Amino acid sequence: MTKPDIDVAALAKLARLEVSAEELAKLGKEIPNILAFVEIIQQAGAGAEHKGEGLQNVMRADENPHESGIHTEKLLSAAPAREGDRIAVKQVISRRKS
Amino acid sequence: MNLDSLTIAEARRALDVKEYSALELTDAYLDEISKRDGEIHAYLEVWEKSAREEAKAADALIAKGESKPLTGIPLAFKDNILIEGHTASAGSKILENYKASYDATVISKLKEHNAVFLGRTNCDEFALGSSTENSAYGPTKNPHDLSRVPGGTSGGSTAAVAANMALGGLGSDTGGSIRQPSSLCGVVGMKPTYGSVSRYGLIAAASSLDQIGSIGKTVADARSIFEGIRGHDKHDSTSLPDSFFNEKRTVKKVIGVPRAFLKEGSDADVLAEFEKTLENLQSTGYEIRDVELPNVPYSLAVYYIINPAEVSTNLARFDGIRYGLSVPAGDIQSVYSKTRGAGFGPETRRRILVGTFVLSAGYADAYYRKARAVRELIRDDFKRAFESVDAIAMPTSPTPAFKIGEKSDDPLAMYAADIFTVPVNLAGVPAISVPSGMVPREGKNLPVGFQIIAPHGGEDALFTVGEDVEKGRG
Repeated sequence: MTKPDIDVAALAKLARLEVSAEELAKLGKEIPNILAFVEIIQQAGAGAEHKGEGLQNVMRADENPHESGIHTEKLLSAAPAREGDRIAVKQVISRRKS
Repeated sequence: MNLDSLTIAEARRALDVKEYSALELTDAYLDEISKRDGEIHAYLEVWEKSAREEAKAADALIAKGESKPLTGIPLAFKDNILIEGHTASAGSKILENYKASYDATVISKLKEHNAVFLGRTNCDEFALGSSTENSAYGPTKNPHDLSRVPGGTSGGSTAAVAANMALGGLGSDTGGSIRQPSSLCGVVGMKPTYGSVSRYGLIAAASSLDQIGSIGKTVADARSIFEGIRGHDKHDSTSLPDSFFNEKRTVKKVIGVPRAFLKEGSDADVLAEFEKTLENLQSTGYEIRDVELPNVPYSLAVYYIINPAEVSTNLARFDGIRYGLSVPAGDIQSVYSKTRGAGFGPETRRRILVGTFVLSAGYADAYYRKARAVRELIRDDFKRAFESVDAIAMPTSPTPAFKIGEKSDDPLAMYAADIFTVPVNLAGVPAISVPSGMVPREGKNLPVGFQIIAPHGGEDALFTVGEDVEKGRG
């Protein structure tokens, strides 16, 4: 495999993670080392790539909801900001200024 | 009562015949905590008042002759297991002020036993690490040598049990996080079959690997806590049906050893202790066989792809909106990134970024999907080996406890501490670490653990062989 070109700042943006310039420099060395270490798996079992079975995600059925409102107060009490029975957040969509 | 030699079975007997009360037992542990935890730092919070109330409730049940196996037994709880009304921080600043809104299933079960909840114990942040140094609240020290780590990530619980600051405890094991600190602290730690203990209410690190398990001074103690928390749970969709464990298995006393794999990075005296334990088992009628696990040497690399991938996904929920830390900012994107930047520590950030990379378009095939495929080969290796042996033995850790700070600047050196424990989580099989000897380091004797691995649902073999290891030590 060709050595990946790793842009840690772009990864941090994807992960919604603020990382200082100093730490970016440090991670810019550490992460390629970690990826170089795990690359040994490429040598394992030829043909293993296409083995589809094995672990599967398990989901519960989306049915039988609990009675509305019974957990509301407990869960909202953990929220950083609330307005009535809602969690308050910063505006998500804003009108583009023309 | 002598806390050094006290076991759960002995405490149960003494409580039931009223040699001492559950309150006196709890007070004895609280006294030890106040004497010793200043230097060890196993606990993040001690619940003295509620623990005494729980002990009194236990005494009332005992007086009526209605005790259960864990009634009045004082236990320590890793900080990533939810107990309603109590803080659960997972060793992280991002959850510093988070109070659990419900009980984990293991907690509900222990409440039904009227066990005593002494407090929450230190751990690496979000169970990511091998030394407890990644806690946002400072490292825990090893009771055998305060300049050394207790191991991790459940190092607070294992140090508490080793220093008589709890009679037993709960931890979680994602890649060795119960077994490795148990080995380094000289206690028994067990990682059950994946799905045998509910993960409902365990703060998730890597969901396909995480498993709650028990810590005790003896195999019997670890077993009695495990018996108290196991069982199917409709709240955990990966929980196994109870019928899975009904199958009768006979333990024929054949143990496999993957000798070719054991040489990597192991200290010579740790390997010598391991061989000595095998000889003891042989002399009591066990047959020891070499087994081949050809793909197991890839385990560490597979683990350090799958773990960060799942961690980066699971920790996406911590964004300053629904609970936990929230750093104010001008727009919602900045609330997310500033909250996460301020709330997560360095190793957590590193794993999130590695996980983001191995899951990203263009790289997911070469890293994440390939790692999943190799994981299946590793599972097959174990399956094949268990056709000819009842259990597989390995050292738990390649070294005894290392110095605080020795590996904290070198992520790959820290990851290597997990070499013998991660294959078990990848395969989902159960394993136990049992103290098997001591090795000297700089004038101090440090404990070494012997790891026994069984097939899915083969917990009984762990206890049988584990107790024979204990007998061999005399």
